[in-house]
Amino acid sequence: MVALALRDAAVHPGLGADLDVRDVDHGFVLHGEYLPVLSEVSFSARAGEFVALLGPSGCGKSTLLRLVAGLDRPRQGRLLVDGAEVTGPDPSRVVVFQDPTLYPWRTVWRNASLGLETRGLLKQQRHRVDQALALVGLESFAKAFPHQLSGGMAQRASLARALVNDPRLLILDEPLGKLDSLTRLQMQGELTRLWQARGFTVLMVTHDVEEALLLANRVIVFSDRPARIRADLAVDLPYPRHRDHPELLRLRREALGLLGLARDW
Amino acid sequence: MTAIAEATSTTAGTGALRLGDDRQPRSLGLLVVAGLLWLGLGAFVLGWADAQEVERTTLLGILALALGGAQLLAGIGGRFAAPLAQLGRFAPWLIVLALFFAAWETATAKLDLLPLPFFPSPQAFVEVYTDDWRRLGDSLLHSVWLLLRGFVIGAAVGFTIGVALGWSKRVGYWVHPVMRLIGPLPATAWLPLAFFIFPTSGSASTFLIALATAFPLTVLTWSGVAGVQSAYYDVARTLGADQRFLILKVAIPAALPHVFVGLFMGLGSSFAVLVVAEMLGVKSGLGWYLQWAQGWAAYANMYGALLVMALMCSTLITLLFRLRDRLLAWQKGIVKW
Repeated sequence: MVALALRDAAVHPGLGADLDVRDVDHGFVLHGEYLPVLSEVSFSARAGEFVALLGPSGCGKSTLLRLVAGLDRPRQGRLLVDGAEVTGPDPSRVVVFQDPTLYPWRTVWRNASLGLETRGLLKQQRHRVDQALALVGLESFAKAFPHQLSGGMAQRASLARALVNDPRLLILDEPLGKLDSLTRLQMQGELTRLWQARGFTVLMVTHDVEEALLLANRVIVFSDRPARIRADLAVDLPYPRHRDHPELLRLRREALGLLGLARDW
Repeated sequence: MTAIAEATSTTAGTGALRLGDDRQPRSLGLLVVAGLLWLGLGAFVLGWADAQEVERTTLLGILALALGGAQLLAGIGGRFAAPLAQLGRFAPWLIVLALFFAAWETATAKLDLLPLPFFPSPQAFVEVYTDDWRRLGDSLLHSVWLLLRGFVIGAAVGFTIGVALGWSKRVGYWVHPVMRLIGPLPATAWLPLAFFIFPTSGSASTFLIALATAFPLTVLTWSGVAGVQSAYYDVARTLGADQRFLILKVAIPAALPHVFVGLFMGLGSSFAVLVVAEMLGVKSGLGWYLQWAQGWAAYANMYGALLVMALMCSTLITLLFRLRDRLLAWQKGIVKW
């Protein structure tokens, strides 16, 4: 594991949360047998950092995100956000899932307002829903129902639903995984812009090496299941980044090598 | 943007495909034909002497003439007023009905070909409504009131049990076996027992109708709630939702399409129980009227009551569809009744 100091210019202190994952082991019992999914996972993310978790499909990255979100509790180890143990879900740590999972019976606006509604803040803070929708460019679709949206628009709506809560830690579970490549490029740009403007900490699972290197300050590479940390790569490049930057190409080769794919590329 | 455009264009497309939007002038011509046929029917009823001993021939003739005149006016006025032109789509039906009434009238009142009292004439039908409307209306009110009481109670209970079953394992443990045993039993099987246990036949029938409504609704609500994607709950939980929010704002709305299927099934079986209960115990209502008319061999009254009952059931189903269309407007490709 390589722990590298980052240039402070790329990191936003203040709003973001510190994340500390310590010796986490987790697994499931399947057909009476214990199936280990995460093994001795330890890393930390500083406030305002953009950390990408990269690994083969089905290696347990998404399980790790569920633990950080507080949706599940780890079998062993501890997860700390700003020094406090994660015991359950909290609106300051919002997840954007691979599927937009918008509620089909609610309009885009009422989907985005969900987090305020659960906390009884909707009446005073209606303007924040409008702001979040404007931020993702969906203000004119506020009254549309989810089945009327394209895939990219639906994913933007689910991003707005997360942003309304002013998250300190944004947890992204392959948020762009199911989008077409053009929409994907556009959304990658938008994500970087939002992160730079808002300054929250981001933890993003992806299995797209290029995406991880384009967006993140650090890329943590996982092994196959049970997932262990193979490497912690610092991406010390200014934004916006270019796909053909020599440093990026070098890191890409390194990451693919760690994933056991170097020969094919 | 495109998705919205597509969505609206498809709804417009299916709308145009529906039978209703027939704006061809041809149908206005048909309406004039129908009007003339109905005028002819009126003249035929009034002009040809009855072979059977029937009353209300004059009224029937006048009704046919009035309907014919109205259709003729609508057929002509439709060229100038769009709402009248909309009536054009009924023209084929009106033509067929005029011919049917003519044949019926000929076979019964005019030539006395069909045996009485099984095949009453149209006049006799009219007579049921002119002479017995008080009793018939009273029966209708009693039926509707009994049905609504039972249905609302059954729907409330069935929905609540269904949500509880879908949500809580402990409730499932206790309620599921009971429901499996008793649920499939037709509610009418309880009839003798219910009339014995309950103080009045009205309360017994209310209970039976509630039972018939509750079972399908419980099963459908249960499967609806149990089938909600766990991702929906994950989303709400990460946004800070409590149990109450998860049930009321996630599980129930997500299960609502299933709930409506259950309500339709429940309403259907409540009709069956209503008629049986009224025939066997309750001393009012359309089921009782049918039974009473049969006692007098008053077949015209039975047909008249059947028509009223059909209209009642159809109206209630339509109202339920309207409610569903309002509440489930977000669903794609919803079936029109």
